[in-house]
Amino acid sequence: MQLGFLVDLHLCMGCKGCEIACKVENEVPLSTWRLRVKYVDIGTFPETKRTFTPLRCNHCEHAPCERICPVSALHYIENGIVNIDKDRCIGCASCVMACPYGAIYIDPETQTADKCTYCAHRIASSMMPACVVACPVEANIFGDLDDKTSNISRYIQQHESDVQVRKPEKGTEPHHFYVGAGSVNLNPLASKREEGYSLFNKITHLPLGGHH
Amino acid sequence: MIHETIAATNAVVTLDIPLPDIFWGWFVTMNMWAKSIGTGLIFMLFLLLRKNSSEMNGLRTPVIIISFVMMNVFLLFTLADLHQPLRMWHIFFYPHWTSAITVGAWMALVFVGLEFVMIAVMLRKEKCLITKDANGFFDKTLFWVTLLAIPVTLYTAGIMAESTARELWQMPTEAVQMILAATLSGSAAIILIGGSKLSDESKNFFASILGLSALMAFTVYMSEYIFGAMKAEEVGAILAYVKGDGEYATMFWVGQWLAYIIPMVLIGLYRSNKNASLLSLAAILAIAGLWIVKHVWLVIPQLLPLS
Repeated sequence: MQLGFLVDLHLCMGCKGCEIACKVENEVPLSTWRLRVKYVDIGTFPETKRTFTPLRCNHCEHAPCERICPVSALHYIENGIVNIDKDRCIGCASCVMACPYGAIYIDPETQTADKCTYCAHRIASSMMPACVVACPVEANIFGDLDDKTSNISRYIQQHESDVQVRKPEKGTEPHHFYVGAGSVNLNPLASKREEGYSLFNKITHLPLGGHH
Repeated sequence: MIHETIAATNAVVTLDIPLPDIFWGWFVTMNMWAKSIGTGLIFMLFLLLRKNSSEMNGLRTPVIIISFVMMNVFLLFTLADLHQPLRMWHIFFYPHWTSAITVGAWMALVFVGLEFVMIAVMLRKEKCLITKDANGFFDKTLFWVTLLAIPVTLYTAGIMAESTARELWQMPTEAVQMILAATLSGSAAIILIGGSKLSDESKNFFASILGLSALMAFTVYMSEYIFGAMKAEEVGAILAYVKGDGEYATMFWVGQWLAYIIPMVLIGLYRSNKNASLLSLAAILAIAGLWIVKHVWLVIPQLLPLS
């Protein structure tokens, strides 16, 4: 079994229900996110549109975070999930440096690395990840990539020409796919980040400890 | 290049709260800088042994002690940079051998242990239980410590190579830069420690190593600076931080001048007029400048948004 995620961006409306469900389910502290939805505005008024991209851990087949972790705090479990043992983590932040998707953070409460685990604890109880349950338009499709009859496999078959992953050139082989994504959704260099254009400004982060 | 589409799309991120950017800050710079001096001194002491062993007298103990101190500074900052420093022992009890950090931690431990033994033997020459010929023991052990110093110097380049998110850090380049940082700072440090104990011939020798290390390291940086963006868009975006009015452009050039350009000029002057003060100044500037150079190269890839 190799669990994977697919997000159909044609359906996503940026409601952030997945983000909130994740926060609540996993008790993700303030200032940090296991899953977040990025908004990018395209065009010039009045010809504008807003795109939404949920971003989470890609649970890569060749996960750089797992490879660089000096104590195996980040490790694979049998269903393909890249899980984390917070009790073992030494907080070296090498996984943060290795993850090309910016999906790993240092939990300001435990001072250890943390990230999306595809709700491994829920899956162990035969439940869907919290973000999947919360999505009002079923834009999040989750299932076994090894099973050709699973929802995700069939979705990939049906939309084969439109299925993409983030940064394929990194060779990480993500288990997280997007349908309906353009370069602005997947490539951080395809959009500007300008002061004053964010919906929220002057955001403060909780101190992470150490000297950064 | 995808960056060029922005003019057409006018795409602006209006909501994305990326995680705090610089995770590896000046503590990691201190780590790399101190390790360069620690292993570099060992390389230089070994070269001195091979070139003119009579000049080793009076230099064995101070050089190995300073190398040991710098290696402990390196270990201290490594430990301090951890968010859970009290769990450091996990590296030794739950080692994960695909990680350059694990391999490096073990090698550094053995390296520092050997240095400790060498210091103990030299300080307790008369009462030493291991050997009566302390200098002979020291010189034989120095060979193995020098061999070990090579991977200890290089493993940080391995960590940077495994940092898949940071396109700027490529293994062959970083490995070369790590070795050159060690030879640069090691030769500078032994010039300062050796002082009048070194003959003119040895001073010229270490001055040449310092000057050539500066020249080669500067060449590698300039190659990356000029050509890096031609192969990878991400590298181009990162190098923009040290070009033009980039956030780290001033600091980058201050580092390049202090660590490489001025020392090269001073060594050229020293070779013509044999003024030892010029050589000492070149050594001090190289050591100070190396810290700045390392810091800039460590920080700039972390400024690039990953999402």
